[in-house]
Amino acid sequence: MTKFEMSDDSVVVVIGTGAGGGVLSNELAQKGVNVVALEAGGRYLPEDYVNDEWESFGQLAWVDPRTTSGDWRVSKDFSGLPAWIVKAVGGTTTHWAGASLRFQDHEWKAKTNYGEVEGANLLDWPIDPREMDDYYIKAENKLGVTRTGGRAGLPGNNNYLVFEKGAKALGYNEVHTGRMAINSDDYDDRLACQQTGFCFQGCKWGAKWSAAYTDIPRGEATGNLEVREHAHVARIVHDDSGKVTGVEYFDKDGNLHLQKARVICVAGNSFESPRLLLNSASSMFPDGLANSSGMVGKNYMRHMTGSVYAVFDKPVKMWRGTTMAGIIQDEARHDPSRGFVGGYEMETLALGLPFMAAFLNPGAWGRGFTTALDSYENMAGMWLVGEDMPQETNRVTLNTDVKDQWGLPVANVNFSDHPNDVAMREHAYRQGQAVYDAVGATRTFPTPPYPSTHNLGTNRMSADPKDGVVNKWGRTHDIENLYISDGSQFTTGAAENPTLTIVALAIRQADHIAGELSNGNL
Amino acid sequence: MTLTPTPRKLTRRQLLQSSVAAGTIAVAGTGFIAAPNAAWALEVTEITEHQLATLVQMARDTYPHDSVGDEYYVIAVKGYDNADQKEFIAQGVAKLDDLAQADGAPDYLSTKWEDNRVALLKQIEDDAFFQTIRGGLVTGLYNQKAVWPIFGYEGESFSFGGYIDRGFNDINWL
Repeated sequence: MTKFEMSDDSVVVVIGTGAGGGVLSNELAQKGVNVVALEAGGRYLPEDYVNDEWESFGQLAWVDPRTTSGDWRVSKDFSGLPAWIVKAVGGTTTHWAGASLRFQDHEWKAKTNYGEVEGANLLDWPIDPREMDDYYIKAENKLGVTRTGGRAGLPGNNNYLVFEKGAKALGYNEVHTGRMAINSDDYDDRLACQQTGFCFQGCKWGAKWSAAYTDIPRGEATGNLEVREHAHVARIVHDDSGKVTGVEYFDKDGNLHLQKARVICVAGNSFESPRLLLNSASSMFPDGLANSSGMVGKNYMRHMTGSVYAVFDKPVKMWRGTTMAGIIQDEARHDPSRGFVGGYEMETLALGLPFMAAFLNPGAWGRGFTTALDSYENMAGMWLVGEDMPQETNRVTLNTDVKDQWGLPVANVNFSDHPNDVAMREHAYRQGQAVYDAVGATRTFPTPPYPSTHNLGTNRMSADPKDGVVNKWGRTHDIENLYISDGSQFTTGAAENPTLTIVALAIRQADHIAGELSNGNL
Repeated sequence: MTLTPTPRKLTRRQLLQSSVAAGTIAVAGTGFIAAPNAAWALEVTEITEHQLATLVQMARDTYPHDSVGDEYYVIAVKGYDNADQKEFIAQGVAKLDDLAQADGAPDYLSTKWEDNRVALLKQIEDDAFFQTIRGGLVTGLYNQKAVWPIFGYEGESFSFGGYIDRGFNDINWL
């Protein structure tokens, strides 16, 4: 494996190896750019993944301390766990369900298309949707997304068949097994889906795309990428001219190192990326790096989410097969006549018994709760995911009262729903319950949001430097050799699961950075 | 935190003689408690038999599953039998027993109807004691692989080749 010197200031340093950082690292390496990727977690491959919810959570989840505030229920039920995301090579692409949807055109221009929404901090992306077409195709081909590029859809499992029947009974038309980064046939040296369940725990067949066993090893094979595991970045340092020059990180033994860099790309997710910029404050940048707008950490979005589970008088066995291969897209449109702007997707979802007990209705007890679990075998489930409103008060800040294992202030995540989010969730619960009622559900459960997996917006992209942190390439407005490469650059969240767009933006950013390097602009 | 299934063969007579609690759990002599049907038994070292029996009943009243045997609830709360939490458990059980007495019963365990015991638990719902026991049960009870089949949950499937040939789409009633 290639090793770069700590003193090598010609390398691009990428912080994080998930959908953003992992893809960017490989794409740059393929173009001949030397990359050092720093990953806080360890390396786990399909043979290491565990088909057991809690054991897998212990293996993969980011459980370093964080704190929460705001009126969201996660803050009450899971106060130290605002997100269920992964600390490992490949990041949350290990855990993700594989749903790979393009933004709808109108969602790139939310402010223009939705108008002023009181209390929301909407903004248009500084990207034309047509600029993304080719990158979406590249991303879909990389991930092997079903129902794109001539690839077949996945077969429907029991949970899907219930969902589909209810959807059609309600008159929904856009109902299918999803556009999934899970192989319906062998593709790109990865097996077809074996309908095992446990998509969230890392796919033991490798049928689901994950950067851990695609982009990362392929980048390493070029000789241009070095991935350093258990490298927890503490601070980005800069010179007197304000350009960033290197990254300080702790190795697994707690030794602090300084890796020099020509360009630094931050892809630690929407909590860690702004936390790092804020923790890198200096006398020149007292409010943190790239924060002249004051927007670092603000406008945190997590998607409007919720779930609907339903019990029937006969078995469903929803846990069998692909976890999220089922979608209703009829409600994804922007149609303010429903009482909210933006739209939402309805996607099949199953949890195993241990996680159902933890997440169906956190904190609930007694027979009202336990009789639901008694019918676990007869249960079907869906997840609701829609566009939520950016609000400046929903934000990641440093909590200097709480330190992590390296003595660094942790991220506090403050979140409260916008009235638009609440109206959308109520609508989505109603429609989700109607889907199952149409198939004869005997009981339905409008289940509250889980700890977030879609964390977005805390270093958002803007045309005007005063509105956001990065420009249309993810390059920070303030520091020309500092980039943001993860979901934190999202200007708005759209209704769709974000990974495909994060990947498409990473491919696009790699083209840009490689071009700037060869033009001598970096 | 291990449960010894029927480590000593108690006779029916011994159990009946030693049973002091009115609930489903028999406190059978010093440091030793057992199910009336001798399906399980265990020893306590730090907390009392009464306290453990109360925790088991409280666990069942919090997450009642009529098809799940007491032994699984015992496993879920057995870990509180330690020196560090001894006082915490003693105080929590004492408060629960006081509330039961105020309600006219000798103690929580002797409160015969589940609804009445649940009403007592409601009174301590916000206490750290109740929330600790409840929160611990979420994993302590439902993450026992042995209880999964009772709910029909099949657990891992990778070692069986997934469900592609084993009924991932076998629903037959739609």
